[in-house]
Amino acid sequence: MKRFSWFNITALTLGFAFLYLPMIILVIYSFNESKLVTVWAGFSTKWYAELMQNEAFLNAAWVTIKVAVFSSTLATVLGTMAAYVLVRAGRFSGRTLFSGMIYAPLVMPEVITGLSLLLLFIGIGLDRGVLTIVLAHTTFAMCYVSVVVSSRLVSFDRSLEEAALDLGCSPWQAFRLVTLPIIAPAVISGWLLAFTLSLDDLVIASFTAGPSATTLPIKIFSAVRLGVSPEINALSTIMIAIVTVGVISASLISKQASLKQQRDEQAAARG
Amino acid sequence: MRRAALIAVPYFWLLALFLVPFLIVMKISLSDGALAIPPYTPQLDIAEGWNGLKTFLSELDFENFVFLTTDDLYWKAYLSSFKIALISTSLALLIGYPIAYSMARAAPEWRPTLLMLIILPFWTSFLIRVYAWMGILANEGLLNQFLLWTGIISEPLTILNTNTAVYIGIVYTYLPFMILPIYSALEKMDDSLLEAAEDLGCSRTSAFWLVTIPLSKTGIIAGCFLVFIPTLGEFVIPSLLGGSQTLMIGKVLWEEFFNNRDWPVASAVAIILLLILIIPIILFQRNEQKQREMEG
Repeated sequence: MKRFSWFNITALTLGFAFLYLPMIILVIYSFNESKLVTVWAGFSTKWYAELMQNEAFLNAAWVTIKVAVFSSTLATVLGTMAAYVLVRAGRFSGRTLFSGMIYAPLVMPEVITGLSLLLLFIGIGLDRGVLTIVLAHTTFAMCYVSVVVSSRLVSFDRSLEEAALDLGCSPWQAFRLVTLPIIAPAVISGWLLAFTLSLDDLVIASFTAGPSATTLPIKIFSAVRLGVSPEINALSTIMIAIVTVGVISASLISKQASLKQQRDEQAAARG
Repeated sequence: MRRAALIAVPYFWLLALFLVPFLIVMKISLSDGALAIPPYTPQLDIAEGWNGLKTFLSELDFENFVFLTTDDLYWKAYLSSFKIALISTSLALLIGYPIAYSMARAAPEWRPTLLMLIILPFWTSFLIRVYAWMGILANEGLLNQFLLWTGIISEPLTILNTNTAVYIGIVYTYLPFMILPIYSALEKMDDSLLEAAEDLGCSRTSAFWLVTIPLSKTGIIAGCFLVFIPTLGEFVIPSLLGGSQTLMIGKVLWEEFFNNRDWPVASAVAIILLLILIIPIILFQRNEQKQREMEG
């Protein structure tokens, strides 16, 4: 029997208040009438209206979404391949270097990753824009994807794949029909992780973006440096709302999927 | 054949976009600054073949690293990043441990929800989470308004643009990294161990120090490194919440590159930051390995 005391309740209440109050305050003040973010002057949605008029923010948001979709998709393909190589390809020359290159970007400070990629793009004369940001984001996101996917690959029963091969599947068919459905949850969460990492990234994008392409975090950062503004609060509220809805529906879907799987397994066991 | 292609694609991607850029940083850190485009010399002239390579190599030197040791701005920046990372990690541990502990004591049906509430902020933009504190910590901000209203203080405290604001920002954004590994260590703990300790005459407090803390040690170490390592190179938090006197190496590198346009010095700063990071990263991996061995 675990003891759940007043101390535990207080710690959790204070802890979650610390984690969530700043965000709640941010959301509340996005509906403030006053330009001063710290003085409450009545309810208003005018900052949202103004945000919708702001071409620069809308353009940046569009660029950010494009970059995130392309880079996370590319990162998922490359990361899944990398995970498969790490877990299944056995020995090959340069394997140590390969796994080193997968894990190093995870601990590399963003300023260094950004700096090194910028120096590469300048070195080969590639103009900075959407393409360079996509390349940069794909590179660090694929490492996260491959860590997520390889932990799933390690834990699953290889005999399933072998059975498919014995029954006449080609290796590609075995991957597509057996392996992929089993690792699908990990691949999807890898994609989501890559997508949010890309949406979120300021430092690497600042190094690799050119004048022709500005992402939303870069735009927010340069606005925020000058101080707090209700328009940024409104923008943050929209982003928080999207994330909350996304995460909650994703967890509901995965819960339902696992319930369905349980039912199917029970049905199969009953024959 | 298929296998070779499968290996080659991610391999060459990482070689071209991770290893080669990194080697370029190393090379430029050994070059000299110049008023040119790109702003450093020497440039490798491939057309000249071997002789070109020889003159190129002969012009590389450790001048930038010598420069870093003579200018005390850099020393101070490394030391102060280290100090800030150390203090924030300790604060995160002090705040995170009770939360993780209480989560592990909660009823099992509550735990997934509590866990999701800890993870949810991860998915929200880092920048927004830091920005949220700017309105709270400002001189006329909500915290000061609240403290003035309660009468605890009689004039507003200056918190924004000081190191205190940086500590608050780091603890706030990295707290989940501290809580999750400690929680997963505590959750696996067998409660009968505590009962045994009490049966054998331990008080509750000494049972906590003698049983619970040692059993969550790997979680504590993992959490501390997960906060400490990224904090050392942090850029966003010191530049938004810190003041002009807040020196952190990520910020120095950024300014060296974008404001002073001194690429060779910025590259040298990056290389030294990495050398400093190698030690905690190796210690972290040892801890992880130990944990795996204990479980396996």
